[in-house]
Amino acid sequence: MDIKDIIKPENLVYTKTKLMTDNALSYCPGCGHGTAHRLTMEVIEEMGVEADTIGVAPVGCSVLAYDFMNVDMQQAAHGRAPALATAISRTWPDKYVFTYQGDGDLAAIGTAETIHACNRGENIVIIFVNNGIYGMTGGQMAPTTLPGMPSSTSPYGRDTAKMGFPLKMTELIANLPGVYSVTRQAVHTPKHVRKAKKAIRQAFENTRLKRGLSFVEIVSNCNSGWKMTPNQANEWLEENMLSFYELGDIKVEGQLVKK
Amino acid sequence: MAKIKGAIVVDIEKCKGCEVCVPACPSDVIGMSKEVNGKGYHYAYMANPDACTGCSNCAIVCPDGVISVYKVKMD
Repeated sequence: MDIKDIIKPENLVYTKTKLMTDNALSYCPGCGHGTAHRLTMEVIEEMGVEADTIGVAPVGCSVLAYDFMNVDMQQAAHGRAPALATAISRTWPDKYVFTYQGDGDLAAIGTAETIHACNRGENIVIIFVNNGIYGMTGGQMAPTTLPGMPSSTSPYGRDTAKMGFPLKMTELIANLPGVYSVTRQAVHTPKHVRKAKKAIRQAFENTRLKRGLSFVEIVSNCNSGWKMTPNQANEWLEENMLSFYELGDIKVEGQLVKK
Repeated sequence: MAKIKGAIVVDIEKCKGCEVCVPACPSDVIGMSKEVNGKGYHYAYMANPDACTGCSNCAIVCPDGVISVYKVKMD
């Protein structure tokens, strides 16, 4: 059979969701942000709630998320996305409100807002993309940088004696009683992408049932900040990041499953 | 036995040539072209089209969502 006979509209099994705009993504080649954006939009499309969804874009690489996600979006000040999402979800309790934040935003400048929104148990979804570095500003050390991991402000690797230890934000949040579900996923291989999509779907289903706050961490790469090719960065992520940031559910239906 | 054949279409101008789809393909279908697109990236293409099974692995890891997958069942 010729390829032209296969490429017909009736044989289409996968294409980019219509909830992603046609704008070319501003992210570096191979960045996990694009995949995480698309998964979020696919979930919203499958649930058929695009008219009732409001996203909150933070500051960081994902600051331009509203250019790519074809749903209502609101820009927040740096780190304040959970506070803004609280306001939106309390004003419109029937809307699906999500924030999409990086580690510099959520785990550094926005720690207070994140922890308090989680502790209050707001009915929102927080998607936390963790690449262990400040990607947008040039690869500086972030609170989530691994011990020994080089960055532009710790060129000899993070020395925990001088620079402190990495912050496991997701485990910290899982211990708060207001949080309904917490999970950590990755998007560097097809297997992980499929699992991450299920986790995001579950988070939005929790919002539909007004169960409270769902927190989805996505361990991602930052090949520009890590100074690697995209595939090298994905391998490095698999070997180094995942042993520290272990994947899987941490809190399900309000109960800790992993400590 | 029914055989499944697939094919991919890459949006050449939006492909950033990151090569993440290459190891994601279980059948080693995808290669990077020698030519470049308007942005100067070597875009992905089907180097070995006969082996494609339309599993969509490449499309779901593609950060830019430039791959569309087609699949037919043949008797």
